[in-house]
Amino acid sequence: MILAQSQRPFVDWSWIVGHLDDIWARTTEHVTLTGIALVVGLVISMGLSLLAIRYRVTYQPITWFTGVLYTVPSLALFAFLVPFTGLSILTAEIGLVSYTLLILIRNIVAGIDGVSPAVLEAALGMGYTSRRAFWEVQLPLAIPVMVAGLRVASVTTVGLVTVTSLIGQGGYGAFILRGLRRDFLTEILVGTLLSIVLAVVLDFVFLYLERRTAPWAHRRVA
Amino acid sequence: MNLLSDVLDFFLTVESWIGEDGLLVRTADHLGLSLFAALVAVLLALPPAVWLGHRRRGAFLAVALVNIGRAVPSFGIVALAFPLSLRLGLGLGFWPTFVALVALALPPVFTNTYTGIREVDPATVEAARGMGMTDLQLLVNTELPLAMPVIWTAIRVATVQVIATATLGAVIGWGGLGRYLIDGFAQGNDVWVLAGGIMVAGLAILADLAFTVAERWVLPHGLAARGRAQLDAIAV
Repeated sequence: MILAQSQRPFVDWSWIVGHLDDIWARTTEHVTLTGIALVVGLVISMGLSLLAIRYRVTYQPITWFTGVLYTVPSLALFAFLVPFTGLSILTAEIGLVSYTLLILIRNIVAGIDGVSPAVLEAALGMGYTSRRAFWEVQLPLAIPVMVAGLRVASVTTVGLVTVTSLIGQGGYGAFILRGLRRDFLTEILVGTLLSIVLAVVLDFVFLYLERRTAPWAHRRVA
Repeated sequence: MNLLSDVLDFFLTVESWIGEDGLLVRTADHLGLSLFAALVAVLLALPPAVWLGHRRRGAFLAVALVNIGRAVPSFGIVALAFPLSLRLGLGLGFWPTFVALVALALPPVFTNTYTGIREVDPATVEAARGMGMTDLQLLVNTELPLAMPVIWTAIRVATVQVIATATLGAVIGWGGLGRYLIDGFAQGNDVWVLAGGIMVAGLAILADLAFTVAERWVLPHGLAARGRAQLDAIAV
């Protein structure tokens, strides 16, 4: 068996060519798992951040709690959920969302806090209500910092999705797991490399979106 | 709840704790391998990071490393270490897990240490030079102490991450606490799954706490009061 392994080529290209539709299906799954986690994570983070900004005393407990969630290893978190929600996509998403919260909340709050008080004052002086100043001045100005958090969260989530293969989900992680079980290096490599590519692509997508929505942030060198 | 009382029973039964695959041995294995891997990663990453930070060179390397480290899925690294280790004749279990954990801990330790040293206020560095400090004195007496909160946070984050990822070692035939999870998933044994989850999560949180408590002794007195340095950690 050892001999057979060493004679196998390092990368089996024919396997890749023969499994293109499989790869496409796993790509869709990986993107879906990541997308749901990011959208749900962003909605929850936005709510908690607004709460933290409105009532400062809640910021400490919120970051403490999301920090603990962040420290709990992903497999352990899945383990807590599996007896109740089973080896399901729900289990995977609860875990994935949990890991986005700390990064997102920290960046949203830091972004809003970073808006110059003078700008806010100018808006209020022009007759903006504080509600309108928040949505139309503070929030847009916070976009660069918020997107920075979103980029870190998305790259981290793409990597974490591979772990969900152990609870029957997984996207590209399914290749990694199956490759492990069959001792088939090509499949492990494909799963790992595609996950890296997806992370990088997503990172660039957010970078592009940030430049589109907050062009002033990159124009300051003049 | 029936399950919770079963898990409690599991923890209260002496047999669960003793023996080759008991909780005690597996926890010791898990912690031992994690600390060993984290220590090796720190020993490998610190010297070049400190030196480059001191010379204020290699910023590109630091940024690239941490971005790559974040994009590479740790499960992929653990999985890749397995067939490579088999081909190199290192066997399954311990070594592939160890190599994967070291590889995972290197980037955050390197980059955060580098950043910590590099971001020491240039005015402070200039003052130290003006006082006639040599390069080595500057590094040991000024830059390192000032960067210590960030370096310590980097080591803390890396260690907690390694403890978390060591769980995946069970997938490639290593023992440790991950066994309860992987075997529990495979056999549908929720008691093992839950008990393993509690142990791994507890270990990670305790390690995090231990590092925070140790700050008092590790950090220079003047800096400890400033509170914990914040980093964008990478958890598994």
